[in-house]
Amino acid sequence: MATTALEFLPAPLRSLRLKTKQQELLLRVSTLALIYVLAFIVRLFSVLRYESMIHEFDPYFNYRTTLFLTEHGYSEFWNWFDFESWYPLGRVVGGTLFPGLMVTAAILYRFLRALSFAVHIREVCVLTAPFFAANTTLVAYAFGREIWDSGAGLVAAALIAICPGYISRSVAGSYDNEGVAIFALLLTFYLFVRAVNTGSLAWSLASAFGYFYMVSAWGGYVFIINLVPLYVLVLLVTGRYSQRLYVAYNSMYVLGMLLAMQIRFVGFQHVQSGEHMAAMGVFFLLQVFFFLDWVKYMLNDAKLYKSFLRTTLTCVITVGTLALVIGTASGYISPWTGRFYSLLDPTYAKDHIPIIASVSEHQPTAWSSFMFDFQILLFLFPAGLYFCFKRLSDATIFIVMYGLTSMYFAGVMVRLILVAAPAVCLISAIAASATIKNLTTLIRTKTKSPQAASGKTTGSKAAAKGAVDQSLPFQQKAAIFLLLGAFYMLSRYAIHCTWVTSEAYSSPSIVLAARGHNGGRVIFDDYREAYYWLRQNTPPDAKIMSWWDYGYQITAMGNRTVIVDNNTWNNTHIATVGRAMSSYEDEAYEIMQSLDVNYVLVVFGGVTGYSSDDINKFLWMVRIGGGVFPVIKEPDYLVNGEYRVDKGATPKMLNCLMYKLCYYRFGELTTEYGKPPGYDRVRGVEIGNKDIKLEYLEEAFTTSNWIVRIYKVKPPKNRS
Amino acid sequence: MPRATSDARLLIQSLSKAYAATPTNLKIIDLYVVFAVATALIQVAYMGLVGTFPFNSFLSGVLSCIGTAVLAVCLRIQVNKDNKEFKDLPPERAFADFVLCNLVLHLVIMNFLG
Repeated sequence: MATTALEFLPAPLRSLRLKTKQQELLLRVSTLALIYVLAFIVRLFSVLRYESMIHEFDPYFNYRTTLFLTEHGYSEFWNWFDFESWYPLGRVVGGTLFPGLMVTAAILYRFLRALSFAVHIREVCVLTAPFFAANTTLVAYAFGREIWDSGAGLVAAALIAICPGYISRSVAGSYDNEGVAIFALLLTFYLFVRAVNTGSLAWSLASAFGYFYMVSAWGGYVFIINLVPLYVLVLLVTGRYSQRLYVAYNSMYVLGMLLAMQIRFVGFQHVQSGEHMAAMGVFFLLQVFFFLDWVKYMLNDAKLYKSFLRTTLTCVITVGTLALVIGTASGYISPWTGRFYSLLDPTYAKDHIPIIASVSEHQPTAWSSFMFDFQILLFLFPAGLYFCFKRLSDATIFIVMYGLTSMYFAGVMVRLILVAAPAVCLISAIAASATIKNLTTLIRTKTKSPQAASGKTTGSKAAAKGAVDQSLPFQQKAAIFLLLGAFYMLSRYAIHCTWVTSEAYSSPSIVLAARGHNGGRVIFDDYREAYYWLRQNTPPDAKIMSWWDYGYQITAMGNRTVIVDNNTWNNTHIATVGRAMSSYEDEAYEIMQSLDVNYVLVVFGGVTGYSSDDINKFLWMVRIGGGVFPVIKEPDYLVNGEYRVDKGATPKMLNCLMYKLCYYRFGELTTEYGKPPGYDRVRGVEIGNKDIKLEYLEEAFTTSNWIVRIYKVKPPKNRS
Repeated sequence: MPRATSDARLLIQSLSKAYAATPTNLKIIDLYVVFAVATALIQVAYMGLVGTFPFNSFLSGVLSCIGTAVLAVCLRIQVNKDNKEFKDLPPERAFADFVLCNLVLHLVIMNFLG
């Protein structure tokens, strides 16, 4: 085999005379290097099309904190109290964020600076996510090799490099926790499976460090601290208890828990919160298993052991249930928080917590989203499960559990497709690799037997091989056909992923692009225009009231104090803003006076057709405001159960603050040829109240495409 | 009832006879584990007396005892010559892992102690 392969190499390489093992190593290393580079460059679409900037909303907060960290050092960052958001409450930033991402970016920045590359921290922030996505492919290769073999590892690395489910949250510019957290998640899982396979304390320590990195990076670490105990439980139930499992889980749990409690935001949750109790329960269960195993080994008497077993089990079960019941009833063990409870009961958030229900990423997933984000991986996933069940081992049981649980959660919440992506890629890689391996073996066996038959074999052997020959030609043709089909599917996957990344996941959201009538690209940079106007034309202690979506961007780019921002930790404060936006101007003025508001910012898409504006978000302002202040009643704004802005709308809707601020002077503007002035291009109607007069506010700034509008709150009159 | 007590006595007798046969190095590790768990129990009793403030100090104290007990049990598993799964792990490597993990454990405890 080695000699035939060598004939295809060019002359200079042939002189190297590499053995098959070395050829294979060269092939593997070069493939991995190419996959690494691919994972990085496929995420650079928006940097090439627009510029190197931070996208979306949440990344702006991360950027601001990273800037603070690099300017003021770690101690100031850890103890930072932010006066510029949630006026007048402020926010304890040091204790309410996950520092992993910021510290990682700061370390990369310091490292590059030490090598005398004069980079700006923003460039480092923009490119952190693609860098860690490339690292994830390496971990996926190692994990695939651990579970199945190195071929599956390579396929897994290639699949996850371009998987749209992962790309969506890790493009260049998406400087968010998930970019680093998925790397930490996969690393922790890989290290833990390796620890279970080898039973070594060193690997368990490494997985504890991986877990610590995950806890520092993302709130989704709860998935790890529940999946790993569930996995141990499944192993115990299927009779796969072993000393290696004991060593791996116990050391990882104790060290991981201690390390995790160093993060202030997590605090003592590992011993007090209901979400973490499964891990502790399994910890004690493992001690019981070990003890019973040891006693069984010491006594070589089966009958005595059985009676001992019975008494111990009853004792343990009673003590365990008692502890759990007392803990939960007395309230010491806090119940599952709303965010994670809504994963188990998807209807919970809609009835009880409108803020969680309003986030578009928290909605249940449609089939189209699955197809969009996974494509061929969707049907390779069940095939991979089949292969895993055929070769059950501790490692394959783990990946099956990870795959199934993450797919369930991905079905509940769109955002969690990201967590399922590595599992789906790994399991699909097993299917793809095993299938292609079997097919190529089928093709290869045919070419071997004629050579052997034509050699110096005896007559009977040749006859037997001849009989085998007759059934093979059909198999070989089918194998070639199937192999071509497999390559076609994989190439379609690559094309689909590139297209999806280019069209859907590379928009910065803060800069909008559209096609003009002559086909040329039109850029709307209104957001940054407005924030820089704020930065340059308002006094430094001005307070800006807007809906919470824009809070992070205003503090990061406008450098002004905001009333509410994306952290949404205080529902009453947000409801106050919602109430102000939905009230008549005089009531709203009183609320704004109580909050010391100087400027109000609204986003309006009626001129450009931009549909994520504040009028479309208005229903959430009413619902959240009405949830805390019963004076805001949703039926006051509805006509036949829907929100309208034209003449048929309710008087409260036509005169509330949000309506007035969005449509001020809009009645004089012609937006579309052939339509009357005041035609709202998003709602598709002519607005009802064209003659708007503002008594307590005055217009300060409207951006060039009317997307962001800023109003100044007038001081109270001198004479009442 | 009398059968249960005679069963229990028989159990304890056979256990102590079998335990006497374990090698000395394993007995030393067992003693260390008992010492660590006893220290943890003393700390919990003290916490019952004076209350949980500051909670981080209490947790770090108890978890350091439990942690080192768990690591000692892992060492015992890896060093035990009757364990077929670990027969090609040299005991020096097992002890080095034990020391490393304990080092990390105590560093984190010292940070957490407050």
